[in-house]
Amino acid sequence: MRFLVKKLVSFIATIFIVSLLIFFIFNILPGSPAQAILGVDADEQQVKLLEEELGLNEPLHLRYIHWIIGIAQGDLGVSYKYGQPVAEVLKDRIPISFSLAVIALILTVVIGIPLGILIAKTDGKWSSIILSMITQLGISTPSFWLGFILIMVFAVKFGLFPTYGFIPWSENLGEALKSVFLPSLAIAVGNIAIVIRYLKNSILDQTKEDYVRTAIVKGLGANEIMYNHVLRNALLPVLTVLGLITADTLGGSIIIENVFALPGLGSLLVTSIESRDFPLIQSLILIISLIIILANFTVDLLYKVIDPRIRV
Amino acid sequence: MQRKSITLYIGAVLVSILFLMMIVSFFWTPYGPNEMNTKIALQAPSWTYPFGTDNFGRDIFSRILEGSKTAFLVGITSIMIALTFGFIIGGIAGYFGGIVDEVLMRIIDSILAIPGILFAIMLVSVFNTGMQNTILALGIMGIPTFARVIRSGFMQVKEFDFVKSSKVKGAGSFRIIFKHILPNIFSQIIVASTLFFSGAILAESGLSYLGLGVQPPDPSWGRMLSEAQAYMTNAPWYIGITGIFIVLLVLGFNMLGDGLRDLKEKRN
Amino acid sequence: MAKLMLEVNNLNVSIKVKQKVYPALEDITFKVNENQVVGVVGESGSGKSLTAQSILGILPANTEVTGSIKLENDELINKSSKAWQKLRSNEVSLIFQEPMTALNPLMKVGKQISEVLRKHTNYSNNECYRKTIDILKEVGLKRPESIYHSYTHELSGGMRQRIVIAIALVNNPKLIIADEPTTALDVTIQAQIIDLLKDIMKKRNGAMLFISHDWGVISQVCDYVLVMYAGKIVEQGPMENLISNPQHPYTKGLLKAIPDFKKRGEALYSIPLRVPALTERRKGNWPYIEITEENKQVVADIFPEILQRETKE
Repeated sequence: MRFLVKKLVSFIATIFIVSLLIFFIFNILPGSPAQAILGVDADEQQVKLLEEELGLNEPLHLRYIHWIIGIAQGDLGVSYKYGQPVAEVLKDRIPISFSLAVIALILTVVIGIPLGILIAKTDGKWSSIILSMITQLGISTPSFWLGFILIMVFAVKFGLFPTYGFIPWSENLGEALKSVFLPSLAIAVGNIAIVIRYLKNSILDQTKEDYVRTAIVKGLGANEIMYNHVLRNALLPVLTVLGLITADTLGGSIIIENVFALPGLGSLLVTSIESRDFPLIQSLILIISLIIILANFTVDLLYKVIDPRIRV
Repeated sequence: MQRKSITLYIGAVLVSILFLMMIVSFFWTPYGPNEMNTKIALQAPSWTYPFGTDNFGRDIFSRILEGSKTAFLVGITSIMIALTFGFIIGGIAGYFGGIVDEVLMRIIDSILAIPGILFAIMLVSVFNTGMQNTILALGIMGIPTFARVIRSGFMQVKEFDFVKSSKVKGAGSFRIIFKHILPNIFSQIIVASTLFFSGAILAESGLSYLGLGVQPPDPSWGRMLSEAQAYMTNAPWYIGITGIFIVLLVLGFNMLGDGLRDLKEKRN
Repeated sequence: MAKLMLEVNNLNVSIKVKQKVYPALEDITFKVNENQVVGVVGESGSGKSLTAQSILGILPANTEVTGSIKLENDELINKSSKAWQKLRSNEVSLIFQEPMTALNPLMKVGKQISEVLRKHTNYSNNECYRKTIDILKEVGLKRPESIYHSYTHELSGGMRQRIVIAIALVNNPKLIIADEPTTALDVTIQAQIIDLLKDIMKKRNGAMLFISHDWGVISQVCDYVLVMYAGKIVEQGPMENLISNPQHPYTKGLLKAIPDFKKRGEALYSIPLRVPALTERRKGNWPYIEITEENKQVVADIFPEILQRETKE
């Protein structure tokens, strides 16, 4: 139980610190949100009134506590711009960002892991130089630029995919998948490169271990040794990277949604910054952060499932 | 040649070429980077306009040269901000250890859970857009990374005998830090800076693309990409070439950083 | 007459380092009979492990092998990798030195043993399980059912070594090679493992090649001994003869180096010659020791042939 408790405490502590940080960045820094909403010409009386209405005249710590309690109850505040509860604004957008991130992660794992194994198996001098260049290139390419290239090639030139926009899953499964495939791929490419790199190095490290020699002496073939022994050990460090990749996928989706004009959380974040809609920005950033912290927590738990050495 | 040194070599060459380009752009660009002439808008690459022209008829090559200034400026200054504060926080945590270290690192790790670009967007939304604020946001984004590197450097070096002995001899903290610890973690800082540089360039181009980063009239590659987006079909070279420069610069610093790290590991 | 199991004839192994070829094993010739435990003793760098690796076909890629290794009259040199897979653990198996790392940390130990049966036999799952439980009992592990489902980190060093032995034995190989099987263990556990190995050898009619740098262990287990130095067999013979009447000065030196209960308190004797590194070796120049003023006397005592060769030139 000790492992679980430790991870849970760290999970809650991280949420607390991150929420505190977000709150203070938005509330301590100069500039009144009321002023920002009403514009510079608004008179003082109006600003005061709005501040009262928004609860901005309360002491800081109370505002933080109210914010957190509100979030726990599903009340994320009211968007200045839309004049609706934030939760209402987010409702339709969450599935879009969620599908984007999930498909990107699936692509990362489904393409990255087999390629990593293949490259580790064919580790020669020249092939490994060329492959390390390609992975470097994948890591160095901005995902949104890659998005443009994918649109130009697969959507405009070959017409295989829509150039922009989202088709809801409820409308047409195939078309919906098509509409999120290219943006997901654009996010995934860099992460695939990272997975390949880590997995390849990890496999090559593992093949030097003694237990591999034991497996050879048992008379096992190369594939049996790879899939029954090496791979599971080699995936452990990759799992840690997968936590980082999840964070990166969500970060990447913010930009990619704007490239493909997908009405998800990322494009909402950008428009709400343009309109200085602070309750919305604050809640959005917190929600995205929470998802990432939750993903990292899940990775920690997965570790436990894969590695029996971690004591419960 | 060793595979590792090839990485270092290519990285160094790429960075040097782009750095030279940046220097050249201070003295010379083929055309004025902001010279508009709608009559020659969206021309394909030719001998007169090697990378073509944009929607206002501005020479893309000149604008890319001009944009390299922003890229290097943002990279270097944000590293300086991140390094300074990262040094203070990481140094305090590493030097004192114990509960101070625990609390500081807990906070740093929590911040690291948020993806860099989201953190930068958050800061920019409060600070407002523009070159200075972008630099500030990216600098703050980098503090946790540097704090971690410097803290672990301090932890390692603190255990070295010569540091312990000079402490016994009564050398002051400042003296120990500047004479013994700094030179020893210098190579780690260089590697971290190189790799952070490419991260900062990526983040800046992303922010500027979203319209949350560098604003006109300051030139920026990311900003150019957002302008180019509308002309994706009739002027694909605009998006293509601009993006390739971002890739080359990021690739250069990534390879340089990896090469330097391998070099350092080999030496130890 | 006992049946001949392993016959090694004129085995030479050279290792290529940076385009240069160095002799690692030279003219290794010996036999192992059924029911016999042959010990290989020598300092590190003498070529003991390399000999074992040659017999198992697991030499590193930068090596070149000539000569002959016959297991029950079947030539092993230049076998295909498919043929080797069939041979290993069926005909010849290895007990490793490091029980801490020789097992896969993420696989239940029972599965690591039964995997051998699943690969090489047509047993059903149930039979594999029962055979595995049997072998766990045979290597002296109590509660074999619960051991079957444990992971290595849950077991002590001695228990892990028993698992390693079980893996080597489970498919009844004709020849077992034990490469320093007790070196990494505590003294008390060492004694237990040695007893276990002796027991098992008595019960099964197999043959064993037992590699160690420790005369104490060798003398307890082996019937016949090879003494190696710098890639060559210096002397070989039945255990009793070798201990009571060693012929070669190097063997005498090794025997003198055994810590003796009676001589407690005295400084330990160690052979005043180091084993030359691989890159110092030149073909036809064994034992490769560069003669200097300081070591002239020692070399003359231990390897008189080297001085004869020098004077001949």
